[in-house]
Amino acid sequence: MSSVSEPQVAAESSPAEVVPAIEVHDLTVAYWTQPVLWDVDLTLPEGKLIAIVGPNGAGKSTLLRSILGLVQPITGWVEIFGKPYEKRRSWVGYVPQRESVDWDFPTSALDVVTMGLYGSLGWLRRPGKKERATALSCLDKVGIAHLAGRQISQLSGGQQQRVFLARALAQDARLYLMDEPFAGVDATTERAILALLQELRATGRTVVAVHHDLQTVAEYFDHVVLLNMRLVADGPIATTFTDENLQRTYGGRLTVLSQAAESLLRAESGAPKLDV
Amino acid sequence: MSPSLTIILVGSCVAAACALVGTFLVLRQMALLGDAISHAVLPGIVIAFLMTGERAPLPMVLGAGALGVLTVFLVEAFHRTRRLKEDASIGVVFPALFSLGVVLITKYAGQVDLDLDCVLYGEIAYAPLDLLFFQEQSIGPKALWVNGAVLLANLLFVSLLYKELKLTTFDTGLAAALGFSPIVLHYVLMSMVSVTVVGAFESVGAILVVAMLVVPPATAYLLTDRLLVMLAGAVGCGVLSSVFGYWLAYWLDASIAGAMATVSGILFAIAFVASPRYGLLARLVRQRQLGRDMAEQLLLLHLQSGGTPQSVEQLAQRFSWRRQRLEAVIARVGNRGWVQRTNGSVAITPLGERAVEERGVAPLRHQEATA
Amino acid sequence: MFELSFTARTVLAGATLLGIVGGALGSFALLRRQSLLGDALAHAALPGVCLGYFLTGSKSPLPLFLGALAAGIVGSLTILAIVRYTRLKEDTAIGIVLSVFFGVGIVLLTHIQKLPSGNQSGLDKFLFGQAATLMPRDVNAMAVLGGVVLVLVLLFFKELRVLAFDPDFGASLGFPMRRLEVFLTTLLVTVVVVGLQTVGVVLIVATLITPAAAARQWTERLGVMVLLSAAIGGFSGAAGAVISAGWARLPTGPVIVLVASAILLVSLLFAPQRGLLWAWLRERAVARRIRRENLLKDLYRWGEQAGDRWQEPVSPPLVMGFRGQTRNQLAGVARRLDRQGLVHWDDAGIRLTGEGLERARSIVRKHRLWELYLTRRLDLREDHVHRDAEAMEHALSDANADRLDALLGYPEADPHGRVIPRPATTSPRVA
Repeated sequence: MSSVSEPQVAAESSPAEVVPAIEVHDLTVAYWTQPVLWDVDLTLPEGKLIAIVGPNGAGKSTLLRSILGLVQPITGWVEIFGKPYEKRRSWVGYVPQRESVDWDFPTSALDVVTMGLYGSLGWLRRPGKKERATALSCLDKVGIAHLAGRQISQLSGGQQQRVFLARALAQDARLYLMDEPFAGVDATTERAILALLQELRATGRTVVAVHHDLQTVAEYFDHVVLLNMRLVADGPIATTFTDENLQRTYGGRLTVLSQAAESLLRAESGAPKLDV
Repeated sequence: MSPSLTIILVGSCVAAACALVGTFLVLRQMALLGDAISHAVLPGIVIAFLMTGERAPLPMVLGAGALGVLTVFLVEAFHRTRRLKEDASIGVVFPALFSLGVVLITKYAGQVDLDLDCVLYGEIAYAPLDLLFFQEQSIGPKALWVNGAVLLANLLFVSLLYKELKLTTFDTGLAAALGFSPIVLHYVLMSMVSVTVVGAFESVGAILVVAMLVVPPATAYLLTDRLLVMLAGAVGCGVLSSVFGYWLAYWLDASIAGAMATVSGILFAIAFVASPRYGLLARLVRQRQLGRDMAEQLLLLHLQSGGTPQSVEQLAQRFSWRRQRLEAVIARVGNRGWVQRTNGSVAITPLGERAVEERGVAPLRHQEATA
Repeated sequence: MFELSFTARTVLAGATLLGIVGGALGSFALLRRQSLLGDALAHAALPGVCLGYFLTGSKSPLPLFLGALAAGIVGSLTILAIVRYTRLKEDTAIGIVLSVFFGVGIVLLTHIQKLPSGNQSGLDKFLFGQAATLMPRDVNAMAVLGGVVLVLVLLFFKELRVLAFDPDFGASLGFPMRRLEVFLTTLLVTVVVVGLQTVGVVLIVATLITPAAAARQWTERLGVMVLLSAAIGGFSGAAGAVISAGWARLPTGPVIVLVASAILLVSLLFAPQRGLLWAWLRERAVARRIRRENLLKDLYRWGEQAGDRWQEPVSPPLVMGFRGQTRNQLAGVARRLDRQGLVHWDDAGIRLTGEGLERARSIVRKHRLWELYLTRRLDLREDHVHRDAEAMEHALSDANADRLDALLGYPEADPHGRVIPRPATTSPRVA
């Protein structure tokens, strides 16, 4: 993989004042009447690889989606480099879960990567030669430039994930939000993605990734956010990723709050119940 | 029997028969397969017509039943090749079959006594005139006999296979493990849908039979969690639609079948808004209550962990709530004596601290999280 | 080609136009898995058309169009609301809107028809469409509306692509996806309205979905798919118009749908990459190869049991017994192998040739190496590995077999103690 170019935006903020990459204030999110995130207060530093870790249903993806403004919170707000998301859109790259799209869509790997440039193109303008060249160089960075013309359903799971990463690289962002980038990829791709993340960090970028594999958290990331509806702990791996904190994240599932939420859930959900 | 009573009875039989099988279509998320079948049986009916030269019920049921099963089979076959998604398979299969039926009708217009418009919205108004004869003796309207028989068959089908239908609907895996073949039952159900559709076809037409299949069960599903109650509720909604539909049509001098569908839609709208459990109103009330509770708890928690009294300004900035909302939250918790407000600053009271603990928000703070 | 009357030419123009616009827009509905939304919108448009007539008393296109547009949008919002606020799923929501709106439409329609003025309204022609009633001014209106739709699709192609593929990503880029969705729905309703008079409420879904589904089979590019779908739609429309004009009494709408369906069927079967016929042929070729390889292997094993007399002839009935084959089945396989020079089949029976023996060794080697790999590396029991190896012996490439051999340290025997044969062509052992 060739190296990632220097971020163009790095010089903008004054060196005297360190602005965190992400600030989350009192964030509470509910889907209908089911609370998903409770009063999350979080400050994430720039230039680190940050993992969001927690059990299923802990609100990890919801946290990412709220940072991106895809979910409307009940309370609280999010700032990215000191400004709301709308002002920082071009600084943020997004890698959704691989399963979130239909891979049988009639489009090539290169077309998908070009989508990363749609934001900077704005309305009505169409991607041209220059955009195609940029997209191709991004595919090259993730090592699959030779597959540019391939229809996306003919790619392996790992290659599909790389296409998504390349699309995010095309956004040339300062902050990358990734939803389970390592899920369901082969070992080679996992190493390649890790190398890519490290290169991003080396050029001063910040990566926040939802991660499901506890075994590799300490090895891959600098910083961890332990989440289970509420924030359990966040900080550098060494001090935060402790057995005690993990126990509190995964062990104490049936807190009063989650019990309350679950009874609400039972009352609300569309799950059919049988009369036996 | 008066014509009105006949029409209402026929309508009720159709509605009840449709509701029984429709309940399972809705629960199995196959409502649109029912839609597809109701269109696709047309060529089956026409072919049966052409072969027998008359409107004999049995060949028509067989012809339409065969086409219904063929539709289900084709939709699944296309879907299984992974060249088309399921919705697309439905969307290409039934228009093709329906078109075939329409072409056949126009081609053999002389032999086929089917009016195209009635294919779409039926001719239930003529039900009292089309009598069935047995040994030269009139034994009543044919539509009543046909749809009564279909209703009986569906009742028998649902009551005999109640357990199996329930199991395959809610837990396909378990059903298969217990030795009930979900596939066989699926095709049996689809055959029953086809038969029901044929019976209803002449009375309410291809599209309004969809209303009878889908809308009353959907209405009942918003009112109950119990399958048996849902079946009964769906039948009830169907019969109500037929009774009030007749009145509406009489009043407006319009299509009876259309009016039945309209009334079923009105019943659904009522349930949609006002169902005590799953209705929009109940939901909004609960949502609002939860929103209030959350806001109150967040405020108390914040005041408690902050320790010192905080100005309303600070709070407004912290929570990014509209000022009005913040004031309302403060007023509500203030009324209960949980916070004390002095000169634009707010502090938590001992009573409030106790409330925080009692109301179970303590786990929100990770310092106190249980291990 | 026969001469077309003026009316027929008008119908031809209208049907072709509708096909082009419907096909282009249908691609997006198909890819968003909203094939049946078009159906629901068409049915929902009926009460709108009737209300438009009811309120203005005229059959001029504009009020009918506005009525249909409004009803279509109300219908699509109702579907969204039912899915969002109840536990009913989308299919039921579509079914409800489709049938209830249509029911209301039928009530209005029949009511209007019984009014003194309503008899000549001709509104019932919207049910099945009656292309023959198309007037040049209708076609002009269709051309304007269709043209606007096509231009908008072209202008917003990039945005529609994101909407269809990954709406969340689009939202993160700052595109207002909700509004784009409403925009696309409005375009769909427009096409529905354009098509009402030609193909009618019931069959419009086919002018949207069937050409798109056919086009999808031929290409892996969205742009090409949209163009192709428009072309297929336009052709179906034209062909349908010509056929129905040529054979009297056939209604245009259903014929258009049948032409498009025929094209879809051909596409599903014969499209170069995705065609089912090719997939079936590929599968059959693999199945045949497996049968041939199995015969080679069976002959080898028979010879092995007979004390390594691999090239002895074996009688056909005996070979048939190995796998319960009929004489014809065996003959088909063996004759082919004979032609390839891998076995020799004469009155004495079937025997492996030298080349055939090499091939058989290669297959048996793969089988036994795989069994060994499963028992050694994955700790599977010896009696559990045969079935898996039966499949792998046909799938493993020679190069991977060599690697497996090296990985296992060039073993002498398989888990059952049988010798692992190595063809002479196998790459030499590396110490």
